[in-house]
Amino acid sequence: MTETTGNLHVMNRAALTKRLVAGLKNREAVIGGIGNSNWDLWAADRTRGENFYMLGSMGLAAPIAMGVAIAQPKRRVFALEGDGSLLMQLGCLSTIAAQGVRNLCVVVWDNGIYQITGGQGTPARASGTDIVAIARASGIASAAWAADEAEFDALVARALATDGPHLIGVKIDNEPGREQTDRDPIRFRESFMRAMALPV
Amino acid sequence: MNEPARPANTWHEILRQAFKDHDVRLVTYVPDNVLRPLIEGCHADPFFTTFPCVREEEAVGIVTGATMAGMRGVVLMQTSGFATLPNVLASLVVACQVPVVMVVSERGTLGEFNPGQAIVCRTMRPILDSMGIEHHTMTRLDEAAFIADRTIRQAFATRWPACLILSPLLTGGRK
Repeated sequence: MTETTGNLHVMNRAALTKRLVAGLKNREAVIGGIGNSNWDLWAADRTRGENFYMLGSMGLAAPIAMGVAIAQPKRRVFALEGDGSLLMQLGCLSTIAAQGVRNLCVVVWDNGIYQITGGQGTPARASGTDIVAIARASGIASAAWAADEAEFDALVARALATDGPHLIGVKIDNEPGREQTDRDPIRFRESFMRAMALPV
Repeated sequence: MNEPARPANTWHEILRQAFKDHDVRLVTYVPDNVLRPLIEGCHADPFFTTFPCVREEEAVGIVTGATMAGMRGVVLMQTSGFATLPNVLASLVVACQVPVVMVVSERGTLGEFNPGQAIVCRTMRPILDSMGIEHHTMTRLDEAAFIADRTIRQAFATRWPACLILSPLLTGGRK
């Protein structure tokens, strides 16, 4: 598990999202953050009812996932969130840690930019902010950078098998989302609720 | 001598009972002095999972996730906290039609000393009205149980958020 950002391989969000979703075998819930995180989740498997796609409310992927995880302690729950989005709601890391949400894993796609609005750099990139270090300092002990694809797989496997909360930081490239979701929030909510009503 | 069982006779007992009657088990809040007895009562009651959040919109996100996964929840906040919510209410709760119940202790009226709070208070009902979110202001103890029960019932029956506003007339407000 990689502790610092010095030697991280830059990966691709679409490829890793596909990799993550393909490895989920127990109806795990996945909450996609607004924009690219969402769109690559949609592209990875739009037929998956356990995916929930946000259309706004930037920064709330982790809180929504936390709510799902509290309601269903036996189900593993992932939040896929961009670094810019998480920066809008950093306090949620303390809330997650304070409640000790064991079945929750937050994946942070970190490219240091607001890709969707034109690629402007985040203040965190300019300052050298380390999001995994923030997570740890917030009380999420199981927080680590994924140095490469193999380590990403290992960290996901750990999140599926051990008590969290977990956070996985991933340095990604600047590629935009590959597809865009439908804009049908009521259908997303209904299909997600139906999927959540099925046992794990 | 044992004390006879008595009906809920304070606004916070009435609200707590209404939550129970509708199986609202998740209580999230951003702290507020007026809400203290309600918050403390929920913490003390094992029926509820009760915890503080750092922001009101975070609490709305948590309750939205829990509701979609089968656990009903409520967000407790004060007026100024509600004023941070239009984006999440519009783009998540209303867009997805999720019955998030909000309870707001009303500050900024009936003797407010802080001009900032007074102005913020005037934004609350227009924000709710603009999204078609039903809200009721609770002012009287004898009506409290009816308003709380019916508002929460309708929220879940119609899958639409709702807001209960606790007037200083009911709670005594901030002294």
